[in-house]
Amino acid sequence: MYEPKIIGFLCNWCSYRGADTAGMARMKYPPNVKIIRVPCSGRISPELVLRSFREGADGVILLGCHIGDCHYATGNHRTAKRMPVLKKLMEYTGIEPERLYINWVSAAEGEKFTTVIKEFTETISALPPFVETMK
Amino acid sequence: MKSKKKPQERVGVYICHCGSNIAGVVNVEDVSTWAGKELEKEGVVVARDYKFMCSSLGQELIEKDIKEQGLTRVVVAACSPHLHEPTFRNACSRAGVNPYLFEMTNIREQDSWVTTDKLEATKKAKSLVSAAVGRVVYQKPLESLFVPIDPNVLVVGGGVTGIQAALEIANSGQHVYLVEREPSIGGHMAQFDKTFPTLDCSACILTPKMFDAGNHKNITMLTWSEVEKVEGYIGNFTVTIRKRARFIEESLCTGCGVCWEKCPKKVVDDVFEAGLGYRKAVYTPFPQAVPKYPVIDHENCTYFQKGTCKACEKFCPTGAIKFDQQDEILTVKVGNIILATGYDLFDARKIPNYGYGRLPNVFTSLEFERMTNAAGPTMGKVVLRDGVTQPKSVAVIHCVGSRDKNYHNYCSSICCMQSLKFAHLVKEKTGGDVYQFYIDMRTPGKSYDEFYQKIIHEGVNMIRGKVAEIIEGEGGLIVQAEDTLVGKQRRIPVDMVILSAGLESRADAKEVAQKFGISCSADDWFIERHPKLDPVATMTDGVFVAGACQGPKDIPASVAQGAAAAARVLSIIGQGEIEIEAATAMVDEITCVGCKQCVASCPYQAIQFLEEKGKAYVQEALCKGCGTCVGTCLPKSITLKHFTDEQIVAEMIGAMRVMKSFEMTEVA
Ligand SMILES: Cc1cc2nc3c(=O)[nH]c(=O)nc-3n(C[C@H](O)[C@H](O)[C@H](O)COP(=O)(O)OP(=O)(O)OC[C@H]3O[C@@H](n4cnc5c(N)ncnc54)[C@H](O)[C@@H]3O)c2cc1C
Ligand code: SF4
Ligand code: SF4
Ligand code: FES
Repeated sequence: MYEPKIIGFLCNWCSYRGADTAGMARMKYPPNVKIIRVPCSGRISPELVLRSFREGADGVILLGCHIGDCHYATGNHRTAKRMPVLKKLMEYTGIEPERLYINWVSAAEGEKFTTVIKEFTETISALPPFVETMK
Repeated sequence: MKSKKKPQERVGVYICHCGSNIAGVVNVEDVSTWAGKELEKEGVVVARDYKFMCSSLGQELIEKDIKEQGLTRVVVAACSPHLHEPTFRNACSRAGVNPYLFEMTNIREQDSWVTTDKLEATKKAKSLVSAAVGRVVYQKPLESLFVPIDPNVLVVGGGVTGIQAALEIANSGQHVYLVEREPSIGGHMAQFDKTFPTLDCSACILTPKMFDAGNHKNITMLTWSEVEKVEGYIGNFTVTIRKRARFIEESLCTGCGVCWEKCPKKVVDDVFEAGLGYRKAVYTPFPQAVPKYPVIDHENCTYFQKGTCKACEKFCPTGAIKFDQQDEILTVKVGNIILATGYDLFDARKIPNYGYGRLPNVFTSLEFERMTNAAGPTMGKVVLRDGVTQPKSVAVIHCVGSRDKNYHNYCSSICCMQSLKFAHLVKEKTGGDVYQFYIDMRTPGKSYDEFYQKIIHEGVNMIRGKVAEIIEGEGGLIVQAEDTLVGKQRRIPVDMVILSAGLESRADAKEVAQKFGISCSADDWFIERHPKLDPVATMTDGVFVAGACQGPKDIPASVAQGAAAAARVLSIIGQGEIEIEAATAMVDEITCVGCKQCVASCPYQAIQFLEEKGKAYVQEALCKGCGTCVGTCLPKSITLKHFTDEQIVAEMIGAMRVMKSFEMTEVA
């Protein structure tokens, strides 16, 4: 089995802290996800997601604050609107839309963070490496 | 990115053991040796591991290397940046490296504590260090911007909250503009007779405060006025205020009252008297109004509508009536703003089963407040709609429009106490029977439950159950409800019903929020920055909220918030200037196509559209650095400093570089 490479974009205020919470509780999850801290989930453009695939990622996970809790009030509203469109576009261009996953994780939700990471790592492991799909 | 040459930097990498927290799982020596060797071509010139990087010795290690080895970039792999990023940024600063040229990566909370396999954990640490090194060479020095604070303050809303806030600030020696849309300050509290739980007279405690605010040398009171426009940012707001024409020359008016005595036009007073009483076309809402000057209600004035009358003008002893007065537009500069715009009462007509508006002897809570007020339309007598008959029995219905999924899910927090107050007042004034229909009794305030016990002992009938319907019958009204304590339907005949309607956000709350650049909750209450730790600040620096505009609350809580908001503002004024976010967004005017997508996406209205140029422009002092605009801009014309595409892509390449090489060693 190959070891998938996953890029995780986490907003600084909720989800990154949620990942810290998981750590403080010593919860375990697979090491495949490389977390990139960004101010808000709204910072991530569709372009950056696609770029991650181009640079070798097999999956991209984007986590932000729950709707209504965004540190910047409505930054994540944009995420919620733009990412489903990107998934459609990925499907259209032949990239499995499951390779991109969006969810909301609060600073308190260490457990949810762990579950989400485990499940997403499994999903991506079940897919062939991204480079092969693109051949 | 590939086209550009990688910057030549001298990077120092520091791996923390954190005692055994990290070193117990991650092979830290291996990581630092590896970084020194494998990342040399990325710019790493020093790589060390150390027991506790955050200790003063650890920090000195960095400072020494910066000076002796000429480091231009620093990476620390340790705990969460939420804990020690500031520590290391300061260390860099002290040694002459700009704090934004430092990068921290988290190998404790997000590696050693969550990874079981030691080899895997070590590999992940290398990947994280490589990512941080990849990114750090693209980081740019940033300087914080400082803006001076204008010490003047705007308070919007002159209810008890706004009055409190204005007085606190004015007493400290700063100047306040207090803007109130009604002819007088006072808000809802001025309408009440008695206040729970002490039953002290509302006017007796409020009037002195109103008077102080009205006469304070540091308060410019603008009543019958409204804020039209707000521009700028913390420290530097420019506010446009419309002072509506009162048609009274304030400098001449003595408030003698001859005009409203002589005015022949009677108007139902929907605001102050809650529709229960009348006022004239020229009026002050109540005798203790501050300021004392009346206003002429243009829509109802016979002269304005029909062209003749001018009774007030004829009788005014000082010649203060000015029918040709115009609205005035004022522009004021302030550094901070406090919103204290209060609440509206839920419109009980929305629940047809309760018959308000159709059954004459169903009253709202505010009508009842006016009725019991000695200065009110019935001069304090509790009577039916006919104005003379005293009711023998009264039902008070709790939670009207509150805790009801058809109207408002929330609890209005004051209605239980206010209903108990009504029970007491009915008993005191009529001696009649009182029935309270409640869902749950909520009396969690200082001396509140004691008040509840006292009212029960006064002989009030408590029925636990939601009222289904109020109908006419048996010569009066019949209240139907399921008594959930005995599990029976009850039909209670009464003469009068009082609906304790809930509090709701002001009808124009959304508009006001937008004007001041703040947000509203689903129920349109203004949203505070943090529900527990920052209850009066908002996400917009320099704009504060206090009192019932932030959510239902009683007078003590409103006053406390008014004072709290004042304290926050005074602490900002005391600083003289304020540091604002350095990692802000920037538009590249050359590539911007002028689509305005970013303008709409910014949660802070920080992006201006320069019509003449057809380009977007970020007002740095308003930008909070979220990057939402960057994610929106199709031609990639916006850059968010410290989170540029270049930096993020370098970070991901750095991370995956390691993952790849490991895959290869495994294959081999
Ligand atoms: C029937 C009833 C009885 C109550 N009895 C009690 C009691 O006994 N004890 C108790 O502790 N609490 C009681 N309360 C609660 C009490 O009314 C509130 O806690 C208090 O009035 C909140 O004060 P405020 O200044 O925040 O809001 P408000 O009193 O609503 O004042 C807000 C002010 O802002 C002005 N305003 C609004 N929008 C604008 C704008 N855009 N521009 C300019 N000005 C504006 C309004 O005209 C008003 O003057 C009762 C409430 C009700 C409904
Ligand atoms: S979204 Fe980009 S192109 Fe459009 S106006 Fe804003 S900066 Fe210009
Ligand atoms: S970074 Fe955020 S706050 Fe700054 S201009 Fe862009 S959207 Fe507005
Ligand atoms: S800050 Fe977390 S999604 Fe916006």
